Amino acid sequence: MPNRTALYDHHLAAGAKIVDFAGWEMPIHYGSQVQEHHQVRTAAGMFDVSHMVVVDLHGTQTKAFLQKLLANDVAKLQKTGKALYSAMLAEDGGVIDDLIAYYLNDDFYRLVVNAGTRDKDLAWLEKQMTDFDIVMTVRDDLSMIAVQGPTAMQAVQSVLSDEDRTKVADLGVFYGVQVSELFVARTGYTGEAGYEIMLPNERIGDFWNQLLAVDVAPIGLGARDTLRLEAGMNLYGSDMDESTSPLVSGMGWTIAWEPEDRDFIGRKAIQTEKSRGVSQKLVGLVLLDKGVLRGHQKVYCEAGEGEITSGTFSPTLSKSIALARVPASIGEQCEVEIRGKRLTAKVVKPVFVRNGQSQLD
Amino acid sequence: MSNLPADLKYTSSHEWVRTNSDGTLTVGITDHAQELLGDLVFVELPEEGAVLSAGEQCTVVESVKAASDVYVPVDGEIIAINADLEGEPELVNSDPFDAGWLFRMQPSDASQLEKLFDADAYLASLDD
Repeated sequence: MPNRTALYDHHLAAGAKIVDFAGWEMPIHYGSQVQEHHQVRTAAGMFDVSHMVVVDLHGTQTKAFLQKLLANDVAKLQKTGKALYSAMLAEDGGVIDDLIAYYLNDDFYRLVVNAGTRDKDLAWLEKQMTDFDIVMTVRDDLSMIAVQGPTAMQAVQSVLSDEDRTKVADLGVFYGVQVSELFVARTGYTGEAGYEIMLPNERIGDFWNQLLAVDVAPIGLGARDTLRLEAGMNLYGSDMDESTSPLVSGMGWTIAWEPEDRDFIGRKAIQTEKSRGVSQKLVGLVLLDKGVLRGHQKVYCEAGEGEITSGTFSPTLSKSIALARVPASIGEQCEVEIRGKRLTAKVVKPVFVRNGQSQLD
Repeated sequence: MSNLPADLKYTSSHEWVRTNSDGTLTVGITDHAQELLGDLVFVELPEEGAVLSAGEQCTVVESVKAASDVYVPVDGEIIAINADLEGEPELVNSDPFDAGWLFRMQPSDASQLEKLFDADAYLASLDD
């Protein structure tokens, strides 16, 4: 029996086409994926991301635990509400999941992990937690929506009480704050301004309706994928998984190597990989010929072969773009095999669009 | 329900076929097919002059979501392609049975058309 979020009936009412996503019945689009994509780049849209997993960790040893669990270092989080993006690695350096950790106080951190990895993540957390005195609470009582786009912050603020609005308006990038029943964070997966908001399941429907009333349009998972790919953000299971290290997945920047004595899980493996020399990297591709790049297409360059990990047609750029794992010494161009033909693609930094603007030369 | 003109023939792989007054055929994909694919962003059309057999893959339509093959409904030669689709592939979404046509062909054996579905049979095939 598939799961449904508290917003399921709202999706149907908005004309959603529903698909199965990681065991959840989720909206793929509400009519046109491309239109929804443009809506987020030019105005404001909202995504039901209630299938994602919110995990609260309480206890004096939580910080020490997360310093062991995560490749990034929660010691960087000094101010209340500050968030951190991190990989959670296996001993062999493979990526178990990517997540966001919020520092709420010295005894309280909140993690947000992917829906598709829920069971193995929770099992991993429990296994690693045995030597620590921590209380873990999976917050299935909370729903979550992402409100994204150039007018998204203004729209969200307009439906809050005066008191809450002031607190939310003061939020810095990558900070979260609890205001009344809402946990509001300036995070997202689109490359646009906006918030991700958690609130009790029984309140989410009203909040959704309030946002609809101020012209925030519902956006499906289809546009969520094209938006994140344009923004150059990784998708777990496509761009990285347990068979790939963060070093070949564009996640090197999320690894905190200092202090050297912080013995996080997977450290030995990726340190060895790094000292031997990392042979591959994740790059962006822009197709110069006509066609559409897709996951698993083969990439050819002088230095060897690679593979596209995520590809699509970019509605903002009207070109096909991709993330690809390729030889580290790849040049400025490569070829991609599409249906037996080799087409030319340009190799770029894996950020294609930010705040509505093309990042290509 | 998808819009389904009664004067066309259909295939199980969601192509439609219109017989023109000069005996040539115009081929496209059905409203149902474009709806399944979602927003089209690229159409790879066959070469004019290509001689193909019924069931051969000849065109690829790509949406944001996925690529899908289009097959030749009967034996024959490709005599024209819809060049408008190069700049406006979305015509297949907005007007699948008219402005969104894919190619025209000269059938080598018009009797093969009789094996194709009429609108009712195509509709029934969707329920299977």
